[in-house]
Amino acid sequence: MSRHVDVVITVNGRRSERRIDARTLLVHYVREHERLTGTHVGCDTSNCGACTLLLDGEAVKSCTVLAVQADGHEVTTIEGVSGPYDGFSAVQEGFRQCHGLQCGYCTPGMVMAATSLLAEHPHPSDDEIRAGLEGNICRCTGYQMIVDSVRWAADHPAP
Amino acid sequence: MSLVGAKVLRKEDPRLLSGTGTFVDDLAPPGCAFAQFVTSTEAHAEIVAIDARAALKMPGVLGVWTAADLVDYPDLPGGLPDLERPVLARNTVRFAGEPVAVVVAEDRYVAADAVAAIEVEYRALPVVTTIEDAAAPDAPVLFPHHGSNVATVVPTMDDLERELERSHGRAHLHLVNQRCAAVPIEAMACLADWGADGLTMWATFQAPHHLRNYLATWLDVPQTRCRIIAPDVGGGFGSKIVWYPELFLAPLLSKWTRRPVKFAQTRSEAMTQMAHGRDQVHDIDIGFDRDGTITALRFVISQNLGAYPDPTGLGLAVLTSWMAAGCYRIPKVSTSFRTVVTNTTPVAAYRGAGRPEAAYSIERIIDVVARRTGLDPAEVRRRNFIPPSAFPYETHNEPVVYDSGDFPAALAECLRLLDYDARRAEQARRRDDPTAPLLGIGLSCWLEIAGFGPNGSLEGFGHLASWESAQVRVQPDGSAIVFVGSSPHGQGHETTFAQIASDELGISYDRIEVRHGDTATVLQGVGTMGSRGVPTSGSAVKVASTRVLERAKKIAAHLLEASELDLEVGDDAFNVRGSPGKKVSWGDVAWASFQPLRLPPELAAGSLEERLFQESPNFSYPSGAYGCVVSIDRETGDVTILDMVLVDDCGTVINPLLAEGQVHGGVAQGISQALYEGVVYAPGTGQPITANLLDYLVPSAPDLPGYTAGRITTLCPNNPLGAKGIGESGAVGAPAAVVNAIVDALAPFGVEHVDMPVTPEKVWRILHESSAATGEVR
Ligand code: FES
Ligand code: FES
Repeated sequence: MSRHVDVVITVNGRRSERRIDARTLLVHYVREHERLTGTHVGCDTSNCGACTLLLDGEAVKSCTVLAVQADGHEVTTIEGVSGPYDGFSAVQEGFRQCHGLQCGYCTPGMVMAATSLLAEHPHPSDDEIRAGLEGNICRCTGYQMIVDSVRWAADHPAP
Repeated sequence: MSLVGAKVLRKEDPRLLSGTGTFVDDLAPPGCAFAQFVTSTEAHAEIVAIDARAALKMPGVLGVWTAADLVDYPDLPGGLPDLERPVLARNTVRFAGEPVAVVVAEDRYVAADAVAAIEVEYRALPVVTTIEDAAAPDAPVLFPHHGSNVATVVPTMDDLERELERSHGRAHLHLVNQRCAAVPIEAMACLADWGADGLTMWATFQAPHHLRNYLATWLDVPQTRCRIIAPDVGGGFGSKIVWYPELFLAPLLSKWTRRPVKFAQTRSEAMTQMAHGRDQVHDIDIGFDRDGTITALRFVISQNLGAYPDPTGLGLAVLTSWMAAGCYRIPKVSTSFRTVVTNTTPVAAYRGAGRPEAAYSIERIIDVVARRTGLDPAEVRRRNFIPPSAFPYETHNEPVVYDSGDFPAALAECLRLLDYDARRAEQARRRDDPTAPLLGIGLSCWLEIAGFGPNGSLEGFGHLASWESAQVRVQPDGSAIVFVGSSPHGQGHETTFAQIASDELGISYDRIEVRHGDTATVLQGVGTMGSRGVPTSGSAVKVASTRVLERAKKIAAHLLEASELDLEVGDDAFNVRGSPGKKVSWGDVAWASFQPLRLPPELAAGSLEERLFQESPNFSYPSGAYGCVVSIDRETGDVTILDMVLVDDCGTVINPLLAEGQVHGGVAQGISQALYEGVVYAPGTGQPITANLLDYLVPSAPDLPGYTAGRITTLCPNNPLGAKGIGESGAVGAPAAVVNAIVDALAPFGVEHVDMPVTPEKVWRILHESSAATGEVR
């Protein structure tokens, strides 16, 4: 029942070439084949956004993308995010400064979604931040401090 | 400078923000196999046959097991006699989603294929899902040998009918506190590796030591060969202190297959397999005088336990009955409850566990008293508050003695932040303008019981004990490790406990690490639940640190040839007061502590270590006053929260940033219960209608408002920190504030109550039906 295919995916700038089960989800590709476990799984209906990563620079839910669909493309996971704040990007540092995370399970997905949001709208209003994170669920924070975190990042763009 | 009370950034964050935290499903030891349950598609049925032949032929399938393979093992621990839960369903399934068989395969894809290939034949039995149906005299019975679906009954001695009748006025409410799902974003997962040296199991769990204790007994192995590790845990909210079947099966499967075996639920599995919360029905009667003074309260509770009584599930109604009177001085209080089993997912603790239910009902009916007496809801509350001078306050239940509080001050602060009078004026203006959205203002003056728990008061709550443990160990370089028995799932123990230890020891924050969640390194612990982290565990850290410091001072005094009394500690050194420059570093003292010749005679080498089990003489009682302002669209019935004001009293605050985060998270869950969430079963079949995140609405950022937080502080006299706990406050206080605001907005339509979740459809019907009835054209 399973068919195998060859894929070449650039993950965090590194070319990765593998033979995989054709039905492998991208999230399982990065977690289980690349062993990059920062990208999480929180649902099976594409609702929670814990699996959010960047595919060619755009935020996608990697639980709804097959790894073969990423063949020939570039993937950035939380492990590939960095910046001038002691190694952290402005978004990561914003989450640290503003207590934008508690258990941290939703956090990589939130950081990726927020990174993509700020790339498109560098100066969002609070409502735009909320709307931009609509596809990501956090059960711990109640969201206000996540909004504050993204605002911090917008106010502190990386030099 | 004191760190307690400071907004210190979290130690946990760098790993969690860089994707290098360790959650159970991140682990993949060599040879790791994957287990998945075959679950019941029926809510109540006899199992006729299980056919696994096709699955067993699939490449990559290591085996399939059923209840027949578990005859040598007991049922899951902690249930009621006659109503125990088997690890895998035996002959009968009692809820849709109940595990019937388990597959172990090379990976999760093959496991899912195999599960799909297993055929189970059922003979359907009649189904009950609600308390009312289950308690009916002719109801189909889940456990025929038990005879009825009623699990426990605690009747009242006096139903207070006379007092209620004698009162100037009386009111009644029938309130449904709907079933909710906790939905930690990390679903249940565990990984068992049973090797030559015994069992190691990683589990996303709130109480690893309790799991170790019960599991070792269940497996009949010494605890020395049973190690449980709770690594980073992706939320819990009570749903990860339940004895789930996989926690007991995974070790056996690992033993039988000689492979590490991992379970990691999908969300759809989690929605039926992880315990739900709430699901109580209340009948509450209140008597009052003309001036709004409450004379009597009768509080009748029914608890839906789901298919199998869970130890914490059984305790929910107890806590509700204890907290029935909220923050009010009520001369006569009568409580009673019954618990029933139904063909639904088992119910257990969910953030607040019994207290949100109590706070919701008393706060709802106080508003009814205000309506009936024509008084402002704030005034009725003020007239009935337990005054600050009355603490410690003995309640209608002997173990429950409120520790401290200042309810009038909390309410006053809440009203100030709400700009209450201006809001009321605006509301009056809007009521005169049929085109303006309706405005409603709701208050919730709540109180909860936390800091679990003193000896003896909670027998039967399997997880709770009267203490929490801390071990403070100074390393030879003067840095320190703090081991704590309560293992967090987002609360930030590594930060707050380091703050507490740093203040006590004078060792800088960056040189203190907090360890938790591993039964091999922490002697014994209870867990993180019931808002007990800071009051119990934090207090243990404080006292253990103080004791270590006392001994360190002896060494420092000896080295400095000074008197201990003249020493002060700070900045990683001991200084002699009044002799600038005369000092010895913590590192030197710590180093000396391992050199017997440099020690004062009364101390032995390695003495800078203290392990302590901190007991509390009583619970703590966090309280607060929340206010909510809603706007309601007259056309659509849509409710928008304009303001959410949260005034908390949690006693001493260790880290205001983290305390506020806890409140926000709890309030989000409380608002969500009020407006959005609810687990629904199809009547008749018991099929879960809300079994994934498409059908069960967990709010995202645009669905929730911003919050305005305030604070008052009364110290808890029952622990050395003066802390009361904060984890559940928001979830306890928020639902009543929101629903009171909605009912307030709908007052002109003659509405006295709307059950949660208050969906736009419910509101629209009220608006529509009432305008149809009055012939009003809009
Ligand atoms: S795991 Fe991808 S959206 Fe939930
Ligand atoms: S921090 Fe726990 S789910 Fe967001």
